[in-house]
Amino acid sequence: MPGTLVPSEFVVYIDPERCRKCKRCVLNCGFGAFEFKDRTIADSSKCVACHRCVVFCPEEAITIARNPLAFRDHPSWDVSLRKSIWRQAATPGMILTGMGNDLPWLNIFDHLLIDACQVTNPSIDPLREPMELRTYLGRKPDRLEVEPDGNHGFRLKNKVSNNIKLEVPIIFSGMSYGSVSLNVHRALAIAAEQLGTVMNTGEGGLHEELYPYADHIIVQCASGRFGVHSEYLNAGVAVEIKIGQGAKPGIGGHLPGEKIGSEVSSTRMIPAGTDALSPAPHHDIYSIEDLRQLIYALKEATGYKPVSVKIAAVHNVAAIASGIARAGADIIYLDGFRGGTGASPAVIRDHVGIPVEIALAVVDEQLRKEGIRNLVSIIAAGGIRSSADVAKAIALGADAVGIGTAALIAMGCRLCQKCYTGNCSWGIATQRPELTGRLDPDWGAERLVNLVNSWSTELQEILGALGVNAIESLRGNRERLRSLGLDSTTTEILDVKPAGR
Amino acid sequence: MTFGDQYKKWKVDDFKVPSACGLSGFISQDGHLTGGDVIIESMSVIRDRGNGLGGGFAGYGIFPKYKEHYALHIMFEDANGKSRCEELLEGSLEVEASEEMPTKPIPQIQDPPLLWRYFAVPRREKLAAEGAGADDFMVRLVMTINTTVPGTFVFSSGKNMGVFKAVGFAEDVGEFFRIPDYSAHTWIGHGRFPTNTPGWWGGAHPFNILDWAVVHNGEISSYGINKRYLEMFGYHCTLLTDTEVMAYLFDLLVRKQGLPLSIACKILAAPFWKDIDEEDDPAEKELLESLRMAYGSALVNGPFAVIVGYSRGMVGLNDRIKLRPLVAAYKDDLLYVSSEESAIRQICPRPDRVWAPPAGQPVIGELKGDT
Amino acid sequence: MAKESTKREPEVKAVTVDAKGVYYRELNSRVRELIDDGYTEIVLDGVNGQRYIGDGLTDKVNIIINGVPGNDLGAFMDGPTLTVNDNAQDGVGNTMNSGKIVVRGHAGDVIGYGMRGGRIFVSGDVGYRVGIHMKSYREQVPIIVAGGKAGDFFGEYMAGGVIVLLGLGEDDRPMVGHYMGTGMHGGAIYTRGEPAHNLLGKEVSVFSLEDDDKKLLGGILSEFCEDALIDGSGIDVSDLVKLRPFSHRPYGSKYVY
Repeated sequence: MPGTLVPSEFVVYIDPERCRKCKRCVLNCGFGAFEFKDRTIADSSKCVACHRCVVFCPEEAITIARNPLAFRDHPSWDVSLRKSIWRQAATPGMILTGMGNDLPWLNIFDHLLIDACQVTNPSIDPLREPMELRTYLGRKPDRLEVEPDGNHGFRLKNKVSNNIKLEVPIIFSGMSYGSVSLNVHRALAIAAEQLGTVMNTGEGGLHEELYPYADHIIVQCASGRFGVHSEYLNAGVAVEIKIGQGAKPGIGGHLPGEKIGSEVSSTRMIPAGTDALSPAPHHDIYSIEDLRQLIYALKEATGYKPVSVKIAAVHNVAAIASGIARAGADIIYLDGFRGGTGASPAVIRDHVGIPVEIALAVVDEQLRKEGIRNLVSIIAAGGIRSSADVAKAIALGADAVGIGTAALIAMGCRLCQKCYTGNCSWGIATQRPELTGRLDPDWGAERLVNLVNSWSTELQEILGALGVNAIESLRGNRERLRSLGLDSTTTEILDVKPAGR
Repeated sequence: MTFGDQYKKWKVDDFKVPSACGLSGFISQDGHLTGGDVIIESMSVIRDRGNGLGGGFAGYGIFPKYKEHYALHIMFEDANGKSRCEELLEGSLEVEASEEMPTKPIPQIQDPPLLWRYFAVPRREKLAAEGAGADDFMVRLVMTINTTVPGTFVFSSGKNMGVFKAVGFAEDVGEFFRIPDYSAHTWIGHGRFPTNTPGWWGGAHPFNILDWAVVHNGEISSYGINKRYLEMFGYHCTLLTDTEVMAYLFDLLVRKQGLPLSIACKILAAPFWKDIDEEDDPAEKELLESLRMAYGSALVNGPFAVIVGYSRGMVGLNDRIKLRPLVAAYKDDLLYVSSEESAIRQICPRPDRVWAPPAGQPVIGELKGDT
Repeated sequence: MAKESTKREPEVKAVTVDAKGVYYRELNSRVRELIDDGYTEIVLDGVNGQRYIGDGLTDKVNIIINGVPGNDLGAFMDGPTLTVNDNAQDGVGNTMNSGKIVVRGHAGDVIGYGMRGGRIFVSGDVGYRVGIHMKSYREQVPIIVAGGKAGDFFGEYMAGGVIVLLGLGEDDRPMVGHYMGTGMHGGAIYTRGEPAHNLLGKEVSVFSLEDDDKKLLGGILSEFCEDALIDGSGIDVSDLVKLRPFSHRPYGSKYVY
């Protein structure tokens, strides 16, 4: 029997007329799909369509095509399902994948439309008039008290607790150093500082070179407690307890030993070459009161910095969020089922969790019903793809959104979903030194800054069209959204009217 | 359409009707009483800001005989609604007097509902049982009536003040309710321009809760979040016009949370971050920053000019980029605020000073001493 | 008293109208009738709040308004001279093409919006959004002069023309509000004294006067002071500075193609 029953996904074509045998493709491909034996030969079975070769070929001699091999169509047995069975029959084990859910589940953002002002309310010109995006994350008091200051004015009696100040309502989601390279972390930190926002360390700790960026970093305390020590806890504006993430709700993480080089090892504080295993639960959080205990332990250890709790969006996320808010969290990070990852079993990534749009709507509503919405800020993440998604998420109730996939795409990622191999040709999801060197942190930071600035400008245009000049007037203002083509139960749950009403 | 039909239609469709209109108001800070013909005359000059589909007034100090009683103005679709409502009232209140509101039938005001007024205070035992203050008790009672008793709507519930409103031009509404027969130290008036379907009596301005009366020109683009914020504190926004959030926000911030009026205005028409960042005084800067952080959902966005009357005074306020006009004037102890200078000059031809308040800066007039 | 129009008219045929309590439609229609009958100077007494006075008129007539006219005074006007002996309200000279409006008092918001020619002179303060998108073409240059102070968004989106702000007045309010000249891409604003830089829109910069500017200003200011009844003796043209846009394409880099 041949080695594998699985045909190649892609076919690599090299135009022999154009190829001038410079061998750049051989050097650039992280997956070893090219070799040179008096001419360039491609092994299509290794190609993941990451386009590194295409972009770097000086003669544009390379094309990647979908393997035109015909399969008999079947509406239930998609070709990918057949391929998965062939693979698992050959080698037992869970099929791994990277990045976010790629099944054609309904995308709710794509069924929401945004309002604009006409006649009864003027729209505002964002290029010429003030348009405020500044956002504070953290606990807000129910009310403020003032007292006369003896000078015909007033001053505050009760202070607002520590909050994180963002100049834009977009933050960089946590991606662990280990799943991504140090250069990615560097780029994220530089960009966060320039933009006036924050990045998140993810569960792999923080390389000490990045400690100077403390004002723009949220340090994560995940179940594996990698790299968590008191200096680390104080090297950020806030601490995030990671309970779960949208790409793999309920399960732990696994960074294979191949990706644990010396730097990763010292940052995570585990021996090089060993596997980095994150347990499924935090073993000190088996119930909500344990969470409260951990939250306050962290607050005591950090002088009461804000504490964020990151959860995957699951079925009773509203009740969970209420519990988290009452347990003392200042921020709740909701990661929807489209969230990305460096490695996850495909079956979990694709079938577990709920959309962030719904999670956001029910969490925001539940907290309001209980009168505790101002105890926490809500960050929505998991497939935020454009400024339109940002605006819609904020209208549904988010204080800010997190972007992970979009940030990596800005730095070159093609969404080939092979992050777990550690062979990322773009130098992003890898630790191989010959690959990580390809991502220049300053270049990466510039790309991130460009992306977030572009989205901010678009967001301001949207706000202007809505006739509001401050983001807090869109936040939770579901009245400015309408649904198109959603079933009535979903619109009811979202508390968004259908277009026309 | 009968009143009942309109009422039902709006309730079922939950259809927000934006307000666009003309405002005028004045207060005698020494407490001198003026007849309502003056406010009607002021409104007549800016008639064209409305389209005849809503008009109204509020007067303060008009019931000296019942100064300490809550004066409820209630509109009923029919006698059934009235008796159901009165049952509720009897159960909760000691009604000192009740009577039909004095009106003058004129052809311009069509299909009026039953209009009654009640002077009452909460029953002592009920207050004690609920452990509530009288004001909160009344707010809850009014919300209960307005959300549960069909065909009934309480449109005024303050002490020694009253709101009068209907579908029609302001001058006609004034004539219908015999406004010239009342004398008040503070009058505010409104003429409406609802852009959608025919108005509903309850949707006209002023909008009232307790002694807060709000007349509003503009549209609140942050309505969706202002409403959801208020609902967290137990306010029910049923009126389908955005003005009600303005009244409830004043009630929440000033009466319930005890914030000074000027601070409440800094929440509703919040200064820009750019200006807060440039503030020299660190205590003031911290105050302004904290107000925005804590009360972001109470920021009222979109164009607005409002005049708000309350038991001790009157305040005029513009949105933070002054998208609607507002003019103020002084003459002796009188403060005037209006959408247009001509409305003021009609009743005060030679003011001591006329000016346009800058964006977000309230103009406040208050009664001096005890009145 | 308004000046006679500068075109040599054979004689002034004047009339006074009692406008007190007259609805604007009737008043404006009366004014048109009088113009058709050959009257060249029309005095309106007892005006208070009537809108649209002078709108769309093209004849070279003088209209003198005693009282506070309503909104949109002289909108789309193309030729007449309107003189207000009191304050004016919002929308003065909206999309005006030519002619002159003189207000001896203060005026409201949105003055000279889209103005394409002619002059608006206000002796006192002006409100918000003055001179938005004024535009000039060849010899047709619109001019606004305000003797007092102004609110936010002064000269927003200006594409051409001239605005002069003198900031006269005893109080210590700032001469102008925020976002002055925001979106400006043509024309010039002259202010008496340099406004604080944090008040300027990001498209605008301060320049010193050249000889052409001084000549232009000299002529405009003397006409203004005479019409608006301002004592110009304390005003020195060299106290003024000029504000102009950096670029006539300020948003070229905002889009990705």
